[in-house]
Amino acid sequence: MSIDLKTVKHISKLARISIDDEKANKLKGDLNNIFEFIEKLNELNTDNVQALTSIAETTLRFRKDEIKSENIREKILKNSPEENKDFFVVPKVVE
Amino acid sequence: MSDITSQSLFELTLNIKEKKLSSGEITKAFIDRAEKSKKLNIYVTDNFEKAIDQSKKFDSNPNFDLKLPGIPIAVKDLFCTNGVRTTAGSKILNNFVPTYESTVTQNLWSQGAILLGKLNCDEFAMGSSNETSFFGNVQNPVGENLVPGGSSGGSSAAVASNLTPVTIGTDTGGSIRQPASFTGTVGLKPTYGSCSRYGIVAFASSLDQAGPMTKNVRDCSMLLEVISSFDQKDSTSIDYKRNNYSKELSKDIKGKKIGIPKEYRVDNMPDEIEQLWKNGISYAKDCGAEIIDISLPHTNYALPTYYIVAPAEASSNLARYDGVKYGFRSPGQNLIEMYEKTRSEGFGDEVKRRIMIGTYVLSSGYYDAYYLKAQKVRQLIKKDFDDAFSKVDAILTPSTPSSAFKIGEKTNDPVSMYLNDIFTVPINLAGLPGISIPAGKDKNNYPLGLQVIGKPFDEQNILNISYALEDKINFKNDISDWWLSE
Repeated sequence: MSIDLKTVKHISKLARISIDDEKANKLKGDLNNIFEFIEKLNELNTDNVQALTSIAETTLRFRKDEIKSENIREKILKNSPEENKDFFVVPKVVE
Repeated sequence: MSDITSQSLFELTLNIKEKKLSSGEITKAFIDRAEKSKKLNIYVTDNFEKAIDQSKKFDSNPNFDLKLPGIPIAVKDLFCTNGVRTTAGSKILNNFVPTYESTVTQNLWSQGAILLGKLNCDEFAMGSSNETSFFGNVQNPVGENLVPGGSSGGSSAAVASNLTPVTIGTDTGGSIRQPASFTGTVGLKPTYGSCSRYGIVAFASSLDQAGPMTKNVRDCSMLLEVISSFDQKDSTSIDYKRNNYSKELSKDIKGKKIGIPKEYRVDNMPDEIEQLWKNGISYAKDCGAEIIDISLPHTNYALPTYYIVAPAEASSNLARYDGVKYGFRSPGQNLIEMYEKTRSEGFGDEVKRRIMIGTYVLSSGYYDAYYLKAQKVRQLIKKDFDDAFSKVDAILTPSTPSSAFKIGEKTNDPVSMYLNDIFTVPINLAGLPGISIPAGKDKNNYPLGLQVIGKPFDEQNILNISYALEDKINFKNDISDWWLSE
């Protein structure tokens, strides 16, 4: 199977990465090469194989549900691209 | 005493403890050399001023019981360092200054080490040549216009050029072992769960591991001992008793069973690598190891599996870079446009390519055909190793299918770039430990490495085998300092 330009644009929408037509065409070529390489997996019959979901074979640990009161507001906001006192600023979302 | 910057970690530690050298002298020597080595483009951010202060502080009140007493160390720019810019080689994190410290780097500082600075790497650790970095490619000290490997290319180049005594990198599909092989240095990827992933910029969470990159095997054991620890902050960190790797280091590998997988004899592999492998096998025999032919039948499926699993996880992990809370932002008329412009301008081409692959294989209608299929094949690859390790204690292979290549040689063909990791990727998929040691040179005098793969949590065994082989191989890097400026 091959990936067409429409699909490339659809994926870029899903991935929230805007691309122009030139880039989309280049990506189409790259992705088709990569998927041709990936299709090799279809040679294998995996009907009776269980998918590997965790390499570590451990169950996730529980921890105590404790309140840790640290005043980290300043730390969290320190790297924000646009500052406005105690909030993250984004373009208007409600009309 | 030999020149300070060419000394191993072991020698520097000894010289500090015996008061033959101070932390201040050592730190200054590495900084002076870095100032003359800008041509290599190894540092993204330096921490030189603070490092000098910290070394003086150490000297005024030294603690010689620590494992890295006053030793200056530069680290890959993928580890979050509190108060020091951390970019992951990306424009999107160009101005990011973490307010917390990664566990692995914290382990270094807790044992007395001092941060020299942050080392160049492929963007988000996605690359095999350090050419995807927003901060430009790194020169391999082995030869001009040669890639240092990737993604830990700044790290491998820094060790090989004596800009840091040792360093730490990260390895998702070979990003420690392949650059180590390309620069004539030692690099170890620990068992998944050995080193905490907390505070490391995430690429593919089920594959990522941090590990030591050093001049020799002994230094590697010393550094692994410091960075490997159980950590509550990483849900996949594993609580087990870790060895005193440097104390238990031994060249006695008599009776060890070493497997040679026939599937690693790939098409078009240069004769030199075949010869290197044969030499390694004969050295292992000389050391009293037993050589056993084994089969890892699904080896050829590892790379295609990796190029589904890794981009899928990456596309999820990198969804957080939206220009809202931190990092680069490109303004837009509305929220969606801001996201799309930020990510389009903030990520480089290779990262975008992988996000697109990952998004596609996880998208509705394709999940079963790609992602689920890959998870099943991953199980088969893991089973290959389980079966092999019922017969052998370790596996010996080449580290890479070629030596370092020229800058720009493979940038237009992603698939040929991906093939670099053919011998290293299966080990990440199976969560195993693997180490690359320098083992010889090709006709151009470029280094080549051999890889020793171990059972889960059996780092001591692969360190010991490497230690024994290193002694027999007696590799000399002979780097000429061609890049130095006054």
